[in-house]
Amino acid sequence: MNLLEIKNLKAKIGDKEILHGIDLTINRGEVHAIMGPNGSGKSTLSYVLSGRDGYEVTDGEILLDGESVLDMEADERARAGMFLAFQYPVELPGVGGMSFLRAAVNARLREKGEDEVDQLAFVKMVRAKAKALGVDDEMLKRAVNVGFSGGEKKRYEILQMALLEPTMAVLDETDSGLDVDALRIVSEGVNALRGEARGMLVITHYQRLLSHIVPDYVHILAGGRIIKSGDKDLALEVENNGYAGLIDAA
Amino acid sequence: MGATEETIAAVEEATGQYKYGFVTDVETEKAPKGLNEDIIRFISAKKNEPEWMLEWRLKAYAKWLTMESPDWAKLDIPEIDYQDIYYYAAPKSAEGPKSLDEVDPELLATYEKLGIPLNEQKMLAGVAVDAVFDSVSVATTFREELAKSGVIFCPISEAVHSHPELVKKYIGSVVPVADNYFSALNSAVFTDGSFVYIPKGVRCPMELSTYFRINEKNTGQFERTLIIAEDASYVSYLEGCTAPQRDENQLHAAVVELVAMEDAEIKYSTVQNWYPGDADGKGGIYNFVTKRGACRGDRSKIAWTQVETGSAVTWKYPSCILQGKDSVGEFYSVAVTNGAQQADTGTKMIHLGEGSRSTIISKGISAGKSNNTYRGLVQVMPKAENARNFTQCDSLLVGDKCGAHTVPYIVSRNPSGKIEHEATTSRISEDQMFYCRQRGLDEEETVSLIVNGFCREVMKELPMEFAVEAQKLIGISLEGSVG
Repeated sequence: MNLLEIKNLKAKIGDKEILHGIDLTINRGEVHAIMGPNGSGKSTLSYVLSGRDGYEVTDGEILLDGESVLDMEADERARAGMFLAFQYPVELPGVGGMSFLRAAVNARLREKGEDEVDQLAFVKMVRAKAKALGVDDEMLKRAVNVGFSGGEKKRYEILQMALLEPTMAVLDETDSGLDVDALRIVSEGVNALRGEARGMLVITHYQRLLSHIVPDYVHILAGGRIIKSGDKDLALEVENNGYAGLIDAA
Repeated sequence: MGATEETIAAVEEATGQYKYGFVTDVETEKAPKGLNEDIIRFISAKKNEPEWMLEWRLKAYAKWLTMESPDWAKLDIPEIDYQDIYYYAAPKSAEGPKSLDEVDPELLATYEKLGIPLNEQKMLAGVAVDAVFDSVSVATTFREELAKSGVIFCPISEAVHSHPELVKKYIGSVVPVADNYFSALNSAVFTDGSFVYIPKGVRCPMELSTYFRINEKNTGQFERTLIIAEDASYVSYLEGCTAPQRDENQLHAAVVELVAMEDAEIKYSTVQNWYPGDADGKGGIYNFVTKRGACRGDRSKIAWTQVETGSAVTWKYPSCILQGKDSVGEFYSVAVTNGAQQADTGTKMIHLGEGSRSTIISKGISAGKSNNTYRGLVQVMPKAENARNFTQCDSLLVGDKCGAHTVPYIVSRNPSGKIEHEATTSRISEDQMFYCRQRGLDEEETVSLIVNGFCREVMKELPMEFAVEAQKLIGISLEGSVG
């Protein structure tokens, strides 16, 4: 069965239709990249997939493991295995990182009918995964995203992905605001999570992320439609020639 | 007991939102309804009080008759019929238990449901409990252990007999009888409460705790607590409150007085979870409380911490009179209102002593169509050289039908005083909601998490075992506030 199937997806914000009919299928083990210029609908697609309020699907279908998610709330989709790494993670003042992460992990475990993880075991689990991502203890003690640098926020997103072990991960502009070193650490973290357990959709404006996280497929999104699909070489074509030529040709 | 059955039915109907809304079926002895001199004599006689105590009560009653209910708070309260209330209700079997074995097992079961560690085993956790059920103190644990260090911890009705000189000296010395309408009422009819005395130089070896519960229908609870900390002593006192779910409003008018002498420190923490009434404002506790501490000695310190989630109406301003040189007053408050609840709460910091300092951290959370008001006074008197105050008042709105109000009064009569006031009002943003929900947390879990984060500065002031309970309470009291 396909992991994620998007069929003729149309969506609007308010009265404005942003996505004009998207078709995309992602299987387990695959990494797809969506590239596109500003305003092409990339972030909208990530929000529509994850079920954010205010984004209305007017036509089409989204199937996760063969089940429609359109009637599911954002938290239900998350517990079903959908994960979004945010472009701009929001600060949660006073909310301790450890208790937040544990609440999220336990929500997912409950959904799967598994036992919740106790505090001690959880701390161990987090420390191990955090170390690989360069997230130190001090950061884990702070309130969620509060006072984090851009790079720290992105590493924290990937840490959450590593803990939640989603089946379908959407990464929205994970490279934005990262310097070269941070980009490498984050990419290594993402690559470590690649595998048969999940599919990934990497949304980015620039090719540079895709030389670290090498995708199996690349799709060009422009004006709310996928105008071209190909393999990783398509990303290089964008790098060399820009989006304009592709959009004109479409 | 028809009333009990009725209430149980009502509780079942009301979706079980209020977790403590059960009624304990114990026989009670009540004085007739209403308030007059005879009732006061009855209460005094029941307690076998000495003449001076009765006279004190009667004087308070005479004073109360000349006073009027205050109307300056931002509260909409229907007129209370003081003749329609029982002023004394005691579980019949609970008169004078000598040990836990003599306490009615039904009562103990009630406390167990409330999660109070009443039996000695659980006491090893280090909490001594004085449990007040309607009007009588049912059991005080760990008294022997405390007595060894010279600490007196007993029902105030007992202290009147065993330590009359202390009671006489201090009762009404911080909250005068005629301080306000409700303090006068309490002084006339108070039935029980705790008495704590910490001798010079003693650090109380455990947290002291009282648990209040209003069980009987139509009863008022008028407890009176008096805590005296002699020179260089320390005590931490916890107070928790619940009441069964009833359609009628019940009255709670307590008075708490604290006295801290030189270098003494008193920490007083409250988790208040009286029944708040239903979503339309039917039923619930009217909570009119006067709490005040006097920092009489130099370098003395009093800290109030409160988590207020219950009651239909809250009228409460735990205050500090900072008489001593370099004395310190602190007030940490979380007030959550949901449904049709109304809270008007805050503090008063009266700076009299040189170098006295005070800190006020108030977090108000309003949800549903509730109204939540912070009202605080910071007053620097002429002799209070170099007094300092820092106040921070934050309000969080959940939904768009509730109200948050901040009414600070600042009076400085000494030019060397430094007073700071910061205030913010915010709401849970859509970004925050979505972020948490994308991580799999449902709406209610998200609100509880964010609200607890918002209150963290105050929650960390609570003793550990209370903090956990308080966190859960905040979650429970906000159920149904979104969506």
